[in-house]
Amino acid sequence: MIKVKHPEHIAIHILLIIGSIFMLFPFVWMITTSVKGEDEILNSSKSIVILPDSLRPDFLNSDEDRQRIARREEREKAYYEEMARPVEQRNSRVKKPFNFFDNYREAWTAQQGSGKDPWYLQPFGRYFLNTLFVTITVTAGSLFFASMSAYAFAFFKFPFKDTIFMMMLGTMMIPQQALLIPNYIFLAKLDWINTYMALIVPWLASAYSVFFLRQFFLQLPKDLFEAATIDGCSRFQFYYKVVLPLSKPPMVTLGIFSFLANWNSFVWPLIVTNDTNMRVIQVGLSYFSSEAGTKWGPLMAASTFTILPLVIMYFLAQKQFVESQATTGMKE
Amino acid sequence: MANKHNKDWGAYLYLLPVVVILVTFHVLPIFYSLIVSFYDWDLIGKPEYIGTGNYSRLFDDPMFYKSIWNTIYYAIISVPLSIFCSLGIALLLNNPISGIGIYRTIYFIPVITSINAVAIVWNFIYNPDFGLLNKILAVFAIEPRTWLQDPFWAMPCIIFMSVWKGLGYNVIIFLAGLQNIPRHLYEAARIDGASRWQQFRHITWPLLTPTTYFIFVISSIGSFQVFAQVYMMTPRGGPLKSTMVIVYYLYRKAFEQFEFGYALAAAFILFIITFSVTLFNKLYLEKKVHYS
Repeated sequence: MIKVKHPEHIAIHILLIIGSIFMLFPFVWMITTSVKGEDEILNSSKSIVILPDSLRPDFLNSDEDRQRIARREEREKAYYEEMARPVEQRNSRVKKPFNFFDNYREAWTAQQGSGKDPWYLQPFGRYFLNTLFVTITVTAGSLFFASMSAYAFAFFKFPFKDTIFMMMLGTMMIPQQALLIPNYIFLAKLDWINTYMALIVPWLASAYSVFFLRQFFLQLPKDLFEAATIDGCSRFQFYYKVVLPLSKPPMVTLGIFSFLANWNSFVWPLIVTNDTNMRVIQVGLSYFSSEAGTKWGPLMAASTFTILPLVIMYFLAQKQFVESQATTGMKE
Repeated sequence: MANKHNKDWGAYLYLLPVVVILVTFHVLPIFYSLIVSFYDWDLIGKPEYIGTGNYSRLFDDPMFYKSIWNTIYYAIISVPLSIFCSLGIALLLNNPISGIGIYRTIYFIPVITSINAVAIVWNFIYNPDFGLLNKILAVFAIEPRTWLQDPFWAMPCIIFMSVWKGLGYNVIIFLAGLQNIPRHLYEAARIDGASRWQQFRHITWPLLTPTTYFIFVISSIGSFQVFAQVYMMTPRGGPLKSTMVIVYYLYRKAFEQFEFGYALAAAFILFIITFSVTLFNKLYLEKKVHYS
């Protein structure tokens, strides 16, 4: 229900809806591809209607679509005829026709095949748990450490403050690709390869988070800090009891960013783990593409269920993020 | 009092965890890389000291200059375009309209998704034979193009996709910034009869400068390191190397041609470029930022 309080809100809705279509379109394609069989993915591309065959009304079909659907029905018929025979007489070459959720089943339970299949065993459940554990630990830890540093940068005066700050910013400017090999050599010396330590510890410090929070802390009134310290409030108390509660919106925002960055990180976990039990979901996703070609259907299905938790989490978090607005008491 | 603050060594306690981890995993590897950039090393054999040999070879390579130019082209278009679009969307989303949570989520979905998955989808959209972009243009009777295979269009296509992917990120930061602007300022301005544009020009824009500055610095740094989408969408540096960016150049040298010392020399030049741009931003632009 759209309530019309102001006529200009209609214009805002129209603009936002046009933008939304634009933002969402690729994902609609991703989801519809995830419920299509291989034949359909490779041969339905001439049609601008991206609905899967099973959901598309007949009048939207092109001749090519109809031929493909007919092929599929033939295969289905052949399969059921085959299944009607006694087990020992069946021709094992007749494959089961594609079903709506087959890509999802395949993506979740994909196992190392009989040598033809280049995939590794895919315990996707385990990947999820690894990813969740690493992501939550890194997000919580880096928020805590970064907020302490940002607090010092925003409120204290100390020697070399600007130099240290510029050096922190400097660490963001080195391309990741250049750091991979020195870090790998170092982690191997620590014997941290294939451990959670390797996945977590290097990311507990984030120059980005320090910079982000510093920008918000600088907007907090300085006189509040001076008044509180004169009244005998220790600096850590001021951080814990005043600064943190006041910075709920930036902390939630940063928490979301950190969660996403870690959930989607790919190159680092790929390099520092090689044990299947230590893998994370982005690495799991990469197994769908190999030299033998890309398994589009399962890849899109797996992509769908790896981003779904994020969409849900974000939707829930942003409500809180909206509600906590304007409670920062920053009136001058 | 002031004297005491100047020798405030206790402040370092607050910085300790971040500094220790950054030094261990970011600063020391930089120095390690700097040293290796003076060696000829393929990762397997023994490194051989060649002085500034890697650097002089780098400055003789026209492809390196091309990669710098391509990176600057990417940065100069994508950063302002992204800031302009995301500020517009953030201003629209900062209104008390219904369904706001849904809109906020929708605009953020591309950010949530990993760049690998998104690049695959956009490859399909730009496909010259059956891609959606050509199909949509056909509706308006515009002739089809080869997009990612066209030396002129390949980079704009990557910029467009990158702006689409990153928009939501900046929108959220702008929204957080907008929410920090006290409401009573707008009420006062309305009572004084200020138009929407005047309110934006004299309240929103100046009070939003810390946020805009932050986004500008972060996006500039990020745009100099653009890699994943280029790698996924235009393998081998694109048609006539039109999308060969610096990080792709050094990636190719390091992980395809195994000239590790040479690649790290390129990484170091990139670091110096990015650092200079950021220093300029800090020294020059931050003066114009309005901190309360």
